[in-house]
Amino acid sequence: MGGIENKPPITVKALNHYFGTGDARKQAIFDINLEIDRGSLTILMGPSGSGKTTLLTLIGCLRDVKDGHVTVLGHDLYEANEGVLVGLRRRLGFIFQAHNLHESLTATQNVLMGLQVHGDGNAKKQRAAAHHILDLLGLADRRDYLPGNLSGGQKQRVAVARALVSNPEIVLADEPTAALDKESGHTVVKILKSLGKARGTTTVMVTHDSRILEMADRIITLEDGRIVSDKLQ
Amino acid sequence: MSRLLTLLFGRLPIGWLQLTHSRGRFVAAIAGVAFANLLVFMQLGIMGALNSSTVAPYGLLNADIILSSEDGNTLTDGGHIPRARMFQALGVAGIVEATPLFIGNLPFTLEDGSSVSLLSFGMDVAKPYFAAPAIAATFDQLSLESTALLDEGTRGMPASIIDVLTAGGKFSFETGGNTLTAIGAMTVGGGFLADGMMVMSDQTFLREFPNRASGAPNHILIRTGDGVSINAVLARLKATLPQGNLRIQSMEGSAASDLAYMSTQRPTGIIFGFGVFMGILVGLVIVYQVLSTDVADHLREYATFKAMGYGQPFFLGIVFEEAIILAVFGFIPGFFVSLGLYAGLVSFTGLPVEMTVGRAIIVFLGTLAASSLSGAIATRRLANADPADLF
Repeated sequence: MGGIENKPPITVKALNHYFGTGDARKQAIFDINLEIDRGSLTILMGPSGSGKTTLLTLIGCLRDVKDGHVTVLGHDLYEANEGVLVGLRRRLGFIFQAHNLHESLTATQNVLMGLQVHGDGNAKKQRAAAHHILDLLGLADRRDYLPGNLSGGQKQRVAVARALVSNPEIVLADEPTAALDKESGHTVVKILKSLGKARGTTTVMVTHDSRILEMADRIITLEDGRIVSDKLQ
Repeated sequence: MSRLLTLLFGRLPIGWLQLTHSRGRFVAAIAGVAFANLLVFMQLGIMGALNSSTVAPYGLLNADIILSSEDGNTLTDGGHIPRARMFQALGVAGIVEATPLFIGNLPFTLEDGSSVSLLSFGMDVAKPYFAAPAIAATFDQLSLESTALLDEGTRGMPASIIDVLTAGGKFSFETGGNTLTAIGAMTVGGGFLADGMMVMSDQTFLREFPNRASGAPNHILIRTGDGVSINAVLARLKATLPQGNLRIQSMEGSAASDLAYMSTQRPTGIIFGFGVFMGILVGLVIVYQVLSTDVADHLREYATFKAMGYGQPFFLGIVFEEAIILAVFGFIPGFFVSLGLYAGLVSFTGLPVEMTVGRAIIVFLGTLAASSLSGAIATRRLANADPADLF
């Protein structure tokens, strides 16, 4: 058990990725190799089209790995079947640039969706956990609001709560602070950092937000599908 | 409702919450399903009335076997058969009684000058056991010349006449140039071929229909002995009586044959059957349209759930949950409005349009099945929810 825990939760080896077929085939990722340590906060940077989002979706089991290897939580994703990918996704937390909240569910219900994916559970405990994380993110008085009645920042914080409520082993975030003010953005990253320390939660984040760069443990920069810089802080 | 469904499904009732979130669309969807239910109920109701009125005359009779003309499609049409067949039949082992049955339509002019048509049955009043017990009890009175038993369910029959008859009084009226006296009432009701019915003695019948002859009835009714196999007697009759222009059937077989003819060969039956099909089709299209639009509107949310690790069964569950909710909520108003329309139809047409428990259950199950089918088709759109597109 200790051996597994010491292994990096994310390992990428000789990864290439292509979009399209035939003459339209275009390579987006070129021979990426990296290991990401447990409990760390890693930021992926780079201009648009540099491949950072593609890399994030490959690590997040949202795209098929067809050339090279991505090992997530001990599972090699190369040609992994749908069952393995779905099982792994349940151990991850996703924070999207757009909140993607379900418009007909309240803030609490949206957060509960992050818990109910794991199957049977105590409804009261689940609700308490959902309320706790909403409170932590400053949404105690917005628990029963529908997304339509929340501001952009509040919606994004609900989305963050939904991603973190199930204590994921890895959090994958795409511009999570873009819709947040400085203080809220800072709070979100602080929570991610504290989860890393307390529970070993590993965070990989795509961001252009210079306000949070100083909080990262590692900053990887991509250009044209290649890693051009990899700095530990 | 939301809490109840949460307990029922063991998860948040996403389908219910989605449907009720857009209330206008939800109400329109329910109205659409209710309308489809209404269409099906009305067509089935009228088809049921057609069936009921087709076999209703059999309720007046009490026999095991019926001999009819080969060219007839139902009890009330077809040519005549020689009464000699009755005597031949009486020679067949297992047959204990036989009697001729005469059938014809008589006009009855109402006070307002309009005329209704009465399907009239002429029977041998010396053999009351060939009639249903309630009618047989009046055969003593029907043995009097020019008397008849009138159908109180006759379309357009004034209540004043029925009141007189049910109070034990008599009512005389002109028909076919003769005076008939109604000595009582029976309840059968109008159908698609006549407005009501009338029972009289064969002698009265022949007076009312001077061109008919006692030697050429429409049918011959036969009763078999106790414990005798009707099928065996049918086989013996078919072997004994001349074939070619005679149809030999059990009473049940004859009624079933009439029903099959009316529902599958007559334009009315086919039209109502087609109406049921159209109702189902309308329901399918409406539910599919609602569900597929709903899936399309929530593709990003579904993609998010996919990214979170929800599998295909979860999404299918949502769509089927919505399909079932639409079916149940659409059925309830459809059923009650149909009940009201049935009552209106009975009042205006006198047709035996009745809501049966069986029909309600069948339509409900059909609604569930049709909605589920629509849901199954709509789920194809779920494939478009790709979580990788979210980034």
